[in-house]
Amino acid sequence: MLSAYVPIAIFIVVATGFALFTLVVSGLLHSEKYNKVKLEPYECGIEPTTDARDRYSIRYYLVAMLFVIFDVETVFMFPWAVIFDKLLLFGLIEMLVFIFILVVGYYYAWQKGALEWA
Amino acid sequence: MSSFNAIVPMSCVTAAAIAAMIAEAFRAPGERMPIGPLGAIGLAGAAISSVLLWKDGASSFGVVVADKFGLFVTFILIIVGVLSLAISEPTIDRERLPRGEYYALMLFALAGMMLMATATDLLIIFLALEVLSLAVYVLTGIRRDHALASEGALKYFLLGAFSSAFFLYGIAFTYGLTGSTRLDRIGSLMAAQAMAPTPMQLLAVGLLLVGFAFKVSAVPFHMWTPDAYEAAPPAITGFMSTGVKAAAFAAFVRVFLAAFEPLRPSWSPILWIVAAATMIVGTVVGVSQSSVKRMLAYSSIAHGGYLLLALLAANDVGKAAVLFYLLTYAVTNIGAFGVISVLENTDQPNDRVRDYAGLWYTHPALAALMTIFLLSLGGFPPMAGFIAKWYVFSAAVKRGYTGLAIIGVLTSVVSVFFYLRIIVMMYMTTTDTPARVPPIPRMAGLALIVSAILVFYLGILPTRVLDWAAASIATIF
Repeated sequence: MLSAYVPIAIFIVVATGFALFTLVVSGLLHSEKYNKVKLEPYECGIEPTTDARDRYSIRYYLVAMLFVIFDVETVFMFPWAVIFDKLLLFGLIEMLVFIFILVVGYYYAWQKGALEWA
Repeated sequence: MSSFNAIVPMSCVTAAAIAAMIAEAFRAPGERMPIGPLGAIGLAGAAISSVLLWKDGASSFGVVVADKFGLFVTFILIIVGVLSLAISEPTIDRERLPRGEYYALMLFALAGMMLMATATDLLIIFLALEVLSLAVYVLTGIRRDHALASEGALKYFLLGAFSSAFFLYGIAFTYGLTGSTRLDRIGSLMAAQAMAPTPMQLLAVGLLLVGFAFKVSAVPFHMWTPDAYEAAPPAITGFMSTGVKAAAFAAFVRVFLAAFEPLRPSWSPILWIVAAATMIVGTVVGVSQSSVKRMLAYSSIAHGGYLLLALLAANDVGKAAVLFYLLTYAVTNIGAFGVISVLENTDQPNDRVRDYAGLWYTHPALAALMTIFLLSLGGFPPMAGFIAKWYVFSAAVKRGYTGLAIIGVLTSVVSVFFYLRIIVMMYMTTTDTPARVPPIPRMAGLALIVSAILVFYLGILPTRVLDWAAASIATIF
């Protein structure tokens, strides 16, 4: 029973050993020259202009939530499209009902001003 | 053969909710639209379709079954919905709440509750639970500029999400054991292996029990109840303290008395302790409250304890007790919160016990209605609460739960203290500064009178409804 877990144990040992090995070796070999660019969070990225801990407009979250809803809708439509040849008319009507409900929600969000930025 | 018949009642309610959203979206700012009546039409459709389904029943997709049990709970939910719509109107006007959003959420919650009462698959029960919970979380915090409302809604949401995780984990273990989420298959597989319950089975049952206990606010999972019930507008509190409880108990009964019945020796001692703790804590803490809403929140916890006792004691004599108790509790509690709701003023909530001083002299009708509801909650004949409690306790004694029945009777006696405190305040205390009460809207007043009539009807002529309840529960075990 327990012998089934031997590969996992070997994996843990190898993973830990590899991490330790790379840390120790790079610690022994690397040069110790620090400057401002070297200490930035992303050494090779775009230069940061301000602190990352800033306040965002609440609208980002609103748009993000709406995005998630319509994104999940698409996820639901993919498998439907794949087996559409088996679902036929029943599947088509069901999807139309589903999309109708989503459109109602979309129109509601629109009318309530959730999509307006200013 | 799958048919759509079983989901027609909840589809009517969903359609009404979508119509409410469309109406709200098309509404010009400041324009009044009769959105409440739209909801009433949807509920009427649900009622008619439920009546038509009553005789033969129906099954949709193998996971939603409109048997008599589910339909009885659906009827309770329709009554809750109609009364809530009627008593909500003044609150919406006074607090300037978004009307369409309020009604749409309430109707979506009702659709989720109906699905939960008729679902026979653990995953569908979970889905329904989420549909109703999400709507109710938002309704709890619908007074957005109110600090207490946000606090209560957030507490409710966090604890509710946590309990959903427990519930889902329980479903996962059940699926791991039986390879199915269908209640009938789980039941037969559990019966086959029930001789010596394995730790996995106990884990599955325990996790599901925690999930349900959260939703019916049983001790020790009741912490969110007073805060959430105080935070919501009283009309919503009445709605969620009755509707959510009815739906959650329906699923609770279905899962535990149908699917997990073979494991009864394992779960009944735990439920014994939970029921006793719920009755005792709900009553004892309720005594020390000075806010009527919090007091009724603790009273609803205690009533959850009586319902748990009814579930535990479900036998040939008393198995109708759960459904009958749910119905009487729903009608009574929604009435009591309705009175609180019409007493509320824009600038003062009037929800302290001392605000009720001398109400009999200024508003005799409201005082009389409140007295009827409180006496019914306390279990006085000839109100409905008496018959409901009598059935629960006699079933418990017949099943051999004499200890729990004694705890139940004693806590009922203690609870009478805090119900009578308000009655004493209304009739025997005078005050120089009586609470200012806004004029009572006609619809809300009518809803209160209807609930009072129902309370008397169920208390004096309970036989017919009890027969229906007995026929209903016979369809599941």
